[in-house]
Amino acid sequence: MTFPPTVTPLATAGEREPTIKIRPPKKWVPINFSELWHYRELLYSFVARDVKIRYKQTVLGFLWAIIQPLFLMVVFTLFFGNLAKVPSEGIPYPLFSFAALIPWTLFAEGLTRSTMSMVSNAGIMTKVYFPRLIMPISGILSPLVDFCIAFVILIFMMAYYGFVPTIAIVLLPLFILLALMTSLAVGLWLSALNVKYRDFQYTLPFIIQLWLFASPVVYPASMLPESWQFVYALNPMVGVIEGFRWALLGTNPPEAIILISVCVVVVLLIGGLFYFKRMEQYFADVV
Amino acid sequence: MSDDIAIRVRGLGKKYLIGGPQVKYHTFRDAIVNSVKAPVRRLTRQGTDKSTNEFWALKDVSFDVYQGEVIGIIGRNGAGKSTLLKILSQITTPTEGEVDIFGRVGSLLEVGTGFHPELTGRENIFLSGSILGMQKREIEGKFDGIIKFSEIEKFIDTPVKRYSSGMYVRLAFAVAAYLDPEILLVDEVLAVGDIGFQEKCLGKMESIADSGRTVLFVSHNMAAISNLCSKCILLDKGKILAYGSSEEVINLYLNSMKKESEIILPEYSQRKGNGLVRFTGIKFFNSEGNDVNNAISGKDFIISLEYVSKENKPLNNVMVWITFYGLHRQLLFTLNNELVGEKFVNLPPKGRIICSIPQFPLSSGVYGFNFDIAVNGQIEDWIIDKAILTVSDGDFFGTGRLPPDSHKGFLVHHNWKSEGI
Repeated sequence: MTFPPTVTPLATAGEREPTIKIRPPKKWVPINFSELWHYRELLYSFVARDVKIRYKQTVLGFLWAIIQPLFLMVVFTLFFGNLAKVPSEGIPYPLFSFAALIPWTLFAEGLTRSTMSMVSNAGIMTKVYFPRLIMPISGILSPLVDFCIAFVILIFMMAYYGFVPTIAIVLLPLFILLALMTSLAVGLWLSALNVKYRDFQYTLPFIIQLWLFASPVVYPASMLPESWQFVYALNPMVGVIEGFRWALLGTNPPEAIILISVCVVVVLLIGGLFYFKRMEQYFADVV
Repeated sequence: MSDDIAIRVRGLGKKYLIGGPQVKYHTFRDAIVNSVKAPVRRLTRQGTDKSTNEFWALKDVSFDVYQGEVIGIIGRNGAGKSTLLKILSQITTPTEGEVDIFGRVGSLLEVGTGFHPELTGRENIFLSGSILGMQKREIEGKFDGIIKFSEIEKFIDTPVKRYSSGMYVRLAFAVAAYLDPEILLVDEVLAVGDIGFQEKCLGKMESIADSGRTVLFVSHNMAAISNLCSKCILLDKGKILAYGSSEEVINLYLNSMKKESEIILPEYSQRKGNGLVRFTGIKFFNSEGNDVNNAISGKDFIISLEYVSKENKPLNNVMVWITFYGLHRQLLFTLNNELVGEKFVNLPPKGRIICSIPQFPLSSGVYGFNFDIAVNGQIEDWIIDKAILTVSDGDFFGTGRLPPDSHKGFLVHHNWKSEGI
């Protein structure tokens, strides 16, 4: 028996590289993309799990994916469209608001799920290793299924009102991507903050409410005066929703707005990634 | 066992902040309030005492593990065993120190990691396997084996929330058992379910240990540790106390436990029996009549039990039992005066009862023994799970030879001869 234990001398030149190096926390942690790629199946498993359990033991099942935006559309049409007579750029108000509600719901659901992703998976996080980035990413991806179902309804609505999409429809996937990246960018910040400060999960409903009205869902962006357009466009969802309406319903192309929105998302996303990676080193201790 | 290193740990330390304002369920409001209070605290020198707020779960831990070794990690509750595994599993970061790992790591820190009650057994196998680190194709290949091992074929498509707890742990362990990494870290997840299944679990652990994988195994089950692990690390209050052969380290551990839980026999309160007679002391002697602490294999060993009768009357029909147990809590042998025809009649109210064992027949190691005294068929005093006896190597056979460590047990005198047919 060795008492105290003997240890081999520290690594000499020519020894193989360790597979894993564990070191105390650092301020700036690089993102390991190859590791994320290696864990892509786990990402798929989490998304599949969240999708499956969402509608378990319900009678209506996936219909719930359409009921929420449809219900909001009816309420908005009654109060904003008919009562307050909000202009809708020549498009029937129900279609006008529904076309915005679909990407909006994708964003809001994605943001909510990714913000809560780490706290609700605290059990797994303290028992197994996987890159923690998987959690918020799975949060923004799982609402895509609901999105697709609601999108089908949108197509029917467009047919009912006699609208044919413009050539800009090919850009639709980019706008979807922009919505996803927005919810990811904000989700990274909020989920990392929420692990330590649980206030954030309670502020989330307020943030989303406010954001809804700060986005052109119930009113068009053109309603704002010219001088405010720039500040308004700093909200990336403005670019997403105006872009959606342009691609599907032929409203004015919002080039400047989209440019600003993309820049904002890129900055938020990169900042969020770095903040998340730094805080990741402490998650299991604090969650 | 190759000479290649698998895990190299140097100067590992993990500090937690306990109590105080830093680690309470944190709200943003608290953080703001604290930072406002901070300058006031500094002015009035009301700073929190750093030393009472800090807790070093691990400190200065350094060791090497080579490929193919199966190492046990033992220690009291709170010694830092699970923290060590968590750091090696990359779940939590160390406060100081370095670890280098050569090979893929799989961690089993809990049974049922990732299981979701709403999903079926089949879906949970894929989810849990994926979380543990297996690729989908790998899980598909092992799927049938997992089902068979868990014995829940019929229920594989029922949601797991409908399973009994036994079924749940069997399925969870089955998935974990098929994890196939080069380096495996296991934290006390052994032996779940009924006896039959526990045997299966131990068997699976044995085959993993024999397979050439590197395994680190935390457990309180000394029998399992001595069975599976060739070497052991003993942790105590975050530091390594010893790192050596399992037998030596386990003995050290048990002895230290015994020292800590030493009782003063007359005052000991958790004993059974009616209480009219009480044991007041135990002494061990060798054949020369000297006071000893241990027994020696093959040498005469004498146990002396001192007693006192509360009623100060002579005692009739006294029977004394001493029963020896091994690491597995299995009964080894029992000593009793009536077995050898010794009747105790008219014993003084205060005295000692002496039991002599010629050529003590156990191999070296640490054993437990229970002892009780009965008068007229009534058990008056019974001490359970408290007494420990350490046995040292001795020349039992007179040849200077003893069985190897892998074959320790009873030592039995025997003769050999051969004949032609």
